[in-house]
Amino acid sequence: MADYAKTFRQIGLALSAAMLLFGAEARADDTIKVGILHSLSGTMAISETTLKDTMLMLIDEQNKKGGLLGKKLEPVVVDPASNWPLFAEKTRELLTKDKVAAIFGCWTSVSRKSVLPVVEELNGLLFYPVQYEGEESSKNVFYTGAAPNQQAIPAVDYLMNELKVKRWVLAGTDYVYPRTTNKILEAYLKSKGVKEKDIMINYTPFGHSDWQSIVADIKKFGSAGKKTAVVSTINGDANVPFYKELGNQGISAEAIPVVAFSVGEEELSGIDTKPLVGHLAAWNYFMSVDTPENAAFITKWHQFIKNRKRVTNDPMEAHYIGFNMWVKAVEKAGTTDTDAVTKAIIGIEAPNLTGGVAKMLPNHHIAKPVLIGEIQDDGQFQTVWQTKSLVEGDAWSDFLPESKSIVAQWTAPINCGNYNTKTKKCSGQKY
Amino acid sequence: MRPLIFGMNGWCIAVLSMMMLGLCDAAESGDPFADALARLNEAPLNEMGEAVDRLAGIKDARVAPVLRALLDGRLYYRKDDGAIVFGDPAEDGLAIVNVLDGDALGIVAKFDLKKIGVNNALRATLRETLGRLELTAGDPAQRLKAVEAMSKSLDEENLELLHARLNTETDAKVSEAIATALALADLANEDKAARIRAIRALRGNLNPDVLNRLNRLLEKDDDGQYLEPDSDVRNSAQVAVKSIESRLALYRAAETVFFGLSLGAVLVLASIGLAITFGVMGVINMAHGELMMLGAYTTYVVQQLMPGHLEISLFVAVPAAFLLSALVGIAIERGIIRFLYGRPLETLLATFGVSLFLQQLVRTIFSPLNRSVATPAWMSGSLEINGALALTLNRFYILVFCLLVFAALLQVLKRSRIGLEVRAVAQNRAMAKAMGIPTERVDALTFGLGSGIAGIAGVALSQLTNVGPNLGQSYIVDSFMVVVFGGVGNLWGTLIGGFSLGIANKLLEPYAGAVLAKILMLVLIILFIQKRPRGLFPQKGRAAEA
Repeated sequence: MADYAKTFRQIGLALSAAMLLFGAEARADDTIKVGILHSLSGTMAISETTLKDTMLMLIDEQNKKGGLLGKKLEPVVVDPASNWPLFAEKTRELLTKDKVAAIFGCWTSVSRKSVLPVVEELNGLLFYPVQYEGEESSKNVFYTGAAPNQQAIPAVDYLMNELKVKRWVLAGTDYVYPRTTNKILEAYLKSKGVKEKDIMINYTPFGHSDWQSIVADIKKFGSAGKKTAVVSTINGDANVPFYKELGNQGISAEAIPVVAFSVGEEELSGIDTKPLVGHLAAWNYFMSVDTPENAAFITKWHQFIKNRKRVTNDPMEAHYIGFNMWVKAVEKAGTTDTDAVTKAIIGIEAPNLTGGVAKMLPNHHIAKPVLIGEIQDDGQFQTVWQTKSLVEGDAWSDFLPESKSIVAQWTAPINCGNYNTKTKKCSGQKY
Repeated sequence: MRPLIFGMNGWCIAVLSMMMLGLCDAAESGDPFADALARLNEAPLNEMGEAVDRLAGIKDARVAPVLRALLDGRLYYRKDDGAIVFGDPAEDGLAIVNVLDGDALGIVAKFDLKKIGVNNALRATLRETLGRLELTAGDPAQRLKAVEAMSKSLDEENLELLHARLNTETDAKVSEAIATALALADLANEDKAARIRAIRALRGNLNPDVLNRLNRLLEKDDDGQYLEPDSDVRNSAQVAVKSIESRLALYRAAETVFFGLSLGAVLVLASIGLAITFGVMGVINMAHGELMMLGAYTTYVVQQLMPGHLEISLFVAVPAAFLLSALVGIAIERGIIRFLYGRPLETLLATFGVSLFLQQLVRTIFSPLNRSVATPAWMSGSLEINGALALTLNRFYILVFCLLVFAALLQVLKRSRIGLEVRAVAQNRAMAKAMGIPTERVDALTFGLGSGIAGIAGVALSQLTNVGPNLGQSYIVDSFMVVVFGGVGNLWGTLIGGFSLGIANKLLEPYAGAVLAKILMLVLIILFIQKRPRGLFPQKGRAAEA
């Protein structure tokens, strides 16, 4: 008898275990998983943690609206720890183990490049929310941040036309984004008749903190009697000592304005901004933009994060747009299948936060307005100029000889991210 | 839509801005100042210049303060009635004062006001306009700024004002600035003698505008013709340019040395604590950078705890940071390192672990975002020596601070009881122990001293760079470099090593660029260590062999 009882108990255990498993399986089927691939530790945690929170907020909100295709969305958060190879590993984990429907993530270009082969191999979906250097278009990636023609070129136009700048300092941190952007800008400036001797290019290491000689050089370069401006692709962290040194050496925004592409509200919240007033930044979004959509977004953000002092910034808006586009595309396709969604998402429109509508283009970039703002003493920007209409993101720059004739078009008949309009061929090189 | 201000008048402007300005004067309220003021609020940013000009054209004592407030970002309009007010930060809101009659209107929430914004172009206009209005101000510094702003656009009106001022000006600096401005204007005089006189007056002047203008006299136009037709004038300009350039070269060299010294001071501060723990005790402490980070965060906390006392916060932060970092250092020594003496590899790994632990701890407590540490007014700006040389004050004070810390540390090691014991243990541990020195306690205190100094260095760094969890990482390699270069176990070596590395780096930087300069420095040090493995000042005698 005792044996029977034992066997019964064993069967019962096995059954309940199986039921537990089944139950879990059934619940997993009820949700759509969304991968969030942002560093929560290491160097990039400073910028990326905010984006993780933004995604959690957007998913939470969508679930309150009833989820997607009748299912709840389930965020899967992983921490690639600012470690580029780990980005690729975590992507593989998200796509194979968790089977996420889409990934929202990456910040630096190098992390995106490390993720690219994995999402292409496993046919995943990546939404990349940060302004970047362009020269890329993958079938599996959607670029919701600005391409160079949506940030750098309009900023230079503003300086040239409105501020009558004649001499240019292109200062950047020494890695792929500043190098490519400066190459594009240099070609653009030369095409506008700026002479070689009126362009100064300077690169500094990551986290550079001793700016004395460089700022003295800029001062010298700027005292040649022509209006001078600095176009800065200096990476977030190194900006604080850079601006401090500018202030201390008495270079005001009126004498030599600095326009930055990597300095947003989040970066400014760690700086005493009084000496920076009047310096510029170019983005597609500012927290100070006065629209009902933006006010609602900021209120929601403050409620979600439970801190009224937290700021919003451009990459957050990019995730907002990207997420809404993905939701609409999934609804349109009726499935989260990658191929169906990539087909459905082209041409999808979603409201941006500055009062317009963003549209997903066939080259996997989006159309956005470009805003130039001046830094204020409260760490916010005051918009001083903006493009009259939306600017369409251009994957391959028209100002570089090697990418002039290349376009990306992920619709029939071309269906290629690297199509040469001269030779009419699709290059095997995907990125 | 901004609220309209003076009823009828506001309506008029609204209508007319679509057609043309100026016809509406008859209907205005009679006070030209009030009308011009209202325009400030209504004009879009690209028409603000006209509004400012119009306001400046009115002879009224209230004009200058309004323009000054606009420039300083203190001018607001109240959303409910559109009144233009001065706003100054007060507790929970802004204290506002009506611009028109000077009545204090109490404290209101920031939300009820909207700032009247300006952009860069407008700021320049404002400064020039204010210059004209403030040329007769009582404060010489204010007059000097006024003259500088006016020099940017030397039209007839400005020149007349400057001429008139020169006769009554009493301050030597202001007079000199006016004379320079007038001479610059005279370079375009039609009379040849006047031009030569102006060049002579400008000889040796280090103002960058002067060199530009003189150089332009020597330029040729597209046809190969000199812009300046007269050869006498050109010759005399040539002489003046030469004299200015030779002086400039001298000051540039001085500037480079200062840059090098100040970079050196940072290196010395960062590495001097390590010189004690690594140099004297032989412990490879990878968490040294994080002890500096703790010091920087202490500065932040001190500033948060005593708002309103920004000017003295650093004086409180220095001892606080020393204590905190020293205590953490002693805890690390007692808790981990003492079990690992004589096993350098394990020590390295363990302290590296501690450094990661401290970083993540700070991330958890303070968030991964950088914290904003304010710079007191006495440390901002620069010490102007002349037009070509200006020493930035924060760097200058840190250089002084570094030397003070070094002197104090040297005194402690030379003169105090603990210093004696530290040196004794470093020279011969067994003998010191035999003499009754509690070596374990001395080890802990020595490590605490080195760590405390790292904390002090953190306070200095908080004034130069980001206060964030990664602060320490960026300095740890440099610190080891300095200690190894200077000679292990020698404080003077660290001082000289730090300064020479700083100066060498700054000499290389203009030619090689910041990235390559850093690499070259490392290569040079490797070569140097090959030649002299024990650094600049090697320890001599039996202690070195031990």
